[in-house]
Amino acid sequence: MNNIDVTRRARTRRARARPNIFKEYWKYRYLFLLLSIGLIYYVIFHYIPMYGIIIAFKNYKFRLGISKSPWIGFENFAIMFRGVDFFNVFRNTIVISLYKLVATFPAPIILALLLNEVKNKAYKKTIQTISYLPHFLSWVILAGVFMQLLSPSQGPINLIIKSLGFKPIYFLGNPKWFRSTLVATSVWKSIGWESIIYIASISSINPELYEAAYIDGANRFQQTLKITLPSIAPVIAIMFILNTGSLINDDFDQIFNLYNTAVYDVADVISTYAYRMGLVQMQYSFSTAVGLFKNVISFSLILITNYITSRFSEYGIW
Amino acid sequence: MRRSKGERVFDVFNYILLGFLGFCTLYPFLNVLNISLSTPADVAKIGLRILPLNPNFEGYKKIMENTYLLTGYKNTIIRTILGTAVNVFLSAMVAYPLSKKYLPNRNIWISMIIFTMFFSGGLIPSYLLIQKLKLTNTIWSLILPGAISTFNMIIVRNYFMSLPAELEESARIDGANDIRILFSIILPISAPIIATIALWSAVGHWNAWFDALIYITNEKLMVLQVILRKMIVEGSMQYIESTGGSFVYEDGFKPTPDIIKCAAIMVSSLPIIMVYPFVQKYFIQGIMIGSLKG
Repeated sequence: MNNIDVTRRARTRRARARPNIFKEYWKYRYLFLLLSIGLIYYVIFHYIPMYGIIIAFKNYKFRLGISKSPWIGFENFAIMFRGVDFFNVFRNTIVISLYKLVATFPAPIILALLLNEVKNKAYKKTIQTISYLPHFLSWVILAGVFMQLLSPSQGPINLIIKSLGFKPIYFLGNPKWFRSTLVATSVWKSIGWESIIYIASISSINPELYEAAYIDGANRFQQTLKITLPSIAPVIAIMFILNTGSLINDDFDQIFNLYNTAVYDVADVISTYAYRMGLVQMQYSFSTAVGLFKNVISFSLILITNYITSRFSEYGIW
Repeated sequence: MRRSKGERVFDVFNYILLGFLGFCTLYPFLNVLNISLSTPADVAKIGLRILPLNPNFEGYKKIMENTYLLTGYKNTIIRTILGTAVNVFLSAMVAYPLSKKYLPNRNIWISMIIFTMFFSGGLIPSYLLIQKLKLTNTIWSLILPGAISTFNMIIVRNYFMSLPAELEESARIDGANDIRILFSIILPISAPIIATIALWSAVGHWNAWFDALIYITNEKLMVLQVILRKMIVEGSMQYIESTGGSFVYEDGFKPTPDIIKCAAIMVSSLPIIMVYPFVQKYFIQGIMIGSLKG
């Protein structure tokens, strides 16, 4: 390259008002090569199924395929809202989510605060490590574990109950107890893992604040109230908003492995209902409609909560 | 710092409370372990004991010979290794271009990808797609749908963005193109983050059961979690009782289904229980990086 070429190139570059799009892409062709492979994946396995949502508005017959199946508009949704089944299912989803929110939201925070007070590092680390063991196991395994633990005939919990003079409780079979069992086991599984983010926040608090408070005569409880809590308040708020945003979501894994026909009335949620309607009863269109309903609400909630979070602080989901 | 009396009392309560939490976390597993090592007669007498009355390994012998469990284990191992490799490879490949601020239309690509985290076609459209692609009863139905975990990919992207630009610049002066830069320079430096998403991906694959449940009906291809589900949740005697060899039991020692189920649970959880304490720092740092805005 000699000087004349360089200046001529620079002049033409400056003279061009807009960069040619093909030239841009060609310039970064290796990057786009890498990216396209990923994009192909997303198109095939995420965007094509999104097109498949159209099934919800058709009376889908496998033989006819998507394009030839008859169009029925919102009829599936009409059936959905008119039926008693769906009303139960929707109610269960929301009730269980709220129940879980109330129980599982404070627990990790309290755990984080308590762990923070432990001076013995080895003890603290040990308890922490134990506490997130359940997070790494699937609900298939945990269902087996709890079926034994809560067994009315030989389970230790019922043994205690029986020795206190009460009748054994069918935690997994009795509709009165099932939701509480869901919530309790859910807390048990997630408390350790969810406390991590709070523990990390607490550890980033400036120790000088505590020293200053101590000098001013504050005891540990006052220090916790006046320093620790306010410092992690932003994290708590964000986690709360995010949790509320997933109100319509349910823990399919947990419920599917723990539930049985005796408790459908209180435990059947939108995703388990959609599963049974779709893959067991093969009502593809109806099941897609149920799923679409849930996904649309879920997406709207996410938009709302992300908006609120990003206004509240600099954090957003992206 | 001197502790007041009230504070010391609190400390004692705290230690006890946390110890109790640890106990509550472990006890359900101890209970299962107990049952798995007991004789049928002792199962009803276990109560709140921690150790089995008469240690009996018949349940384990039976489960080790269980043809379904062995097949399941093998399939799960294959799936986990293959799936994790695909995940890590593809996530890094997509994260790299997206980490470059000068990528044309970068925001469009990122939005397209992140959108899939919050909205999807749902169960039936995905299921029909896999059917149409003739991937049912193959291992690809377990690996391809989840080939890129967007969350993992974002974590890798954030990490790449935090690397100094000089690395890339000096490699470019030497004449390397982007692909070479990614594989020869960036990836080796990213070992910690690769380890993190590899571990996350591995745990996900190891524990995955629903996709295998709906896409695989061929018994020879079922994964461990599905076999477990059939034994434990569905209580299928066919899966519980099937063994390779024949067994002769003394009276009263033939393991009951409960004992066999518990042995299956222990055998399946052991790998994760033994490994996770040592690699926990990777998981934790992954959360930290993931919760920062890119």
